[in-house]
Amino acid sequence: MKTPGLLALAVLLALVPLPLLVQSGFWLQFAIFTLYFALLGQSWNLLGGYGGQRSFGHAAFFGTGAYAAAVLQVDLGVNPWLCLGLAGLFGAAAGGFVGALSFRYGLRGSYFALVTLAFAEVFRIVADSVPFTGAGVGLQIPLRQTAANFQFHDKAGFYAVILALTALATAVAWWLENSRFGAELVAVRENEDAARALGIDVNRTKLWAIALSGALAGFAGSFYAQYFLYLDPRLAYGVEVSVTALLVPLIGGAGTVLGPLIGAVALRALNEISSTVTSGAPGLNLVLYGALLIAILAFLPDGLVSLIPRLYRSRLRNA
Amino acid sequence: MLEIAGISKRFGGLTAVADASLEVREGEIVALIGPNGAGKTTLFGIAAGFIPADGGSVRFAGEEILGLPPHLVARRGLVRTFQIVQPFAGLSVRENVAVGCQLHAGSRAAALGEAAEVARRVGMGDLIDRPASALTIAGRKRLELARALATKPRLLLLDEVMAGLNPTEIVELLPLVRAIRGSGVTLLLTEHVMQAVMSLAERVYVLSDGRIIAEGPPAAIVADPRVIEAYLGRGAAQRLSRGGHA
Repeated sequence: MKTPGLLALAVLLALVPLPLLVQSGFWLQFAIFTLYFALLGQSWNLLGGYGGQRSFGHAAFFGTGAYAAAVLQVDLGVNPWLCLGLAGLFGAAAGGFVGALSFRYGLRGSYFALVTLAFAEVFRIVADSVPFTGAGVGLQIPLRQTAANFQFHDKAGFYAVILALTALATAVAWWLENSRFGAELVAVRENEDAARALGIDVNRTKLWAIALSGALAGFAGSFYAQYFLYLDPRLAYGVEVSVTALLVPLIGGAGTVLGPLIGAVALRALNEISSTVTSGAPGLNLVLYGALLIAILAFLPDGLVSLIPRLYRSRLRNA
Repeated sequence: MLEIAGISKRFGGLTAVADASLEVREGEIVALIGPNGAGKTTLFGIAAGFIPADGGSVRFAGEEILGLPPHLVARRGLVRTFQIVQPFAGLSVRENVAVGCQLHAGSRAAALGEAAEVARRVGMGDLIDRPASALTIAGRKRLELARALATKPRLLLLDEVMAGLNPTEIVELLPLVRAIRGSGVTLLLTEHVMQAVMSLAERVYVLSDGRIIAEGPPAAIVADPRVIEAYLGRGAAQRLSRGGHA
């Protein structure tokens, strides 16, 4: 499994000079959103793909990171770059909180999925009613476009940040594939009782995984806040974030390093095509998401990434 | 090495284990036999920390381990296998065994290297890169054994490793179990295959309806009227001794 990991990092490295090559704002924005999807998807992948704990409520971690970054800089004047780091911590804490409660009581499979969904909804309702999030009105981050303020006049700045964050997430997934902790996490996914019998602390392993996953989702949330400079409870804790987080790796290939990258490209492309074709009819992209998910689950249950060895093999046969 | 004393366990109205006590000394192979539903697997589950007991004590290497979670019991060197095999189905044989190796190996790479060695020891050297889901039942039983061995246990609880195997496979597995003991691992096994019990075990405990009803060397146990009655019904021993049919 070493090659795909290296390949993924090589692809990300090759993407570094992109802003110099493409002049059109459209493609740069496409690249930024794709990498942002990949980050969110990789976050889900650590927990759901490698750990087998399929969350339906990643928005709980994403939104907590986003609000942490926004509230800390707007109300307390914390530097936004520091907020990015703190958003990771808040995301990890939200993950740890949800994980501690659900793993302690042995919730698995669809029960875990439902509980995470419920947590995300509860967080949304709380964000809707407490004063410091701006409640339903939302929270605006004042516009001050300087690099020191984590706001860029040029999109290339955002591109560099999201590329670095996605590379970090990819590196974490790669590390999982080659580390003791990763092997323990996969063992837990495959069979909890057998893992226990071999000396693995199942709950601790899952807790670290959800904290790690939450940290990456928190980074994604902070990036989102800086990019759009506006948050409301539905954007931060809405179902759309959770669905994106799980759809990206499921389409690309859960439990693989490359899966979320491939899934992000596929999903963004679908998004762009659908909004062009339908001139942006609201909600239609969700219908297409659903159709794509059904098609993938029916024909490619291991995701688009499983096409790679197939193509490779058929080439060998033809050679 | 292992002292189980006065263990009881009730599941609702059903008493699975009632005041069961047994002892395994270092270097022994001890068998725990009994009819279906006697409570053997429950007792194993309690000893390995998987099932909480209602009362009693389990001492391993001189220390009380009852109440410890299973992963801590395993780290102390008491490792169980499962009667219903529990492979990491999506992983290869090597990856399966490496998870066990990780309990002691310094790094992931070292664990993967050691896993190949352990797999060879149990005769799975050729299957090392096979996915666990592609193994036959005999292969899965060996994998279960290999994974447990990989943790370098001091005491291994084997829950019906022979069940589901054909006679040839059983004969093949017997020397392996002896070799494991030869390498310094103490063994407690539950078994229905009497051929295995007779040829492996030095001492046998008989569990019936959750109670230990007899203990002794295998030859004495199979002649014990209480044991025969536990398996064949009340009065069977008497009828057998009169030369009739049970």
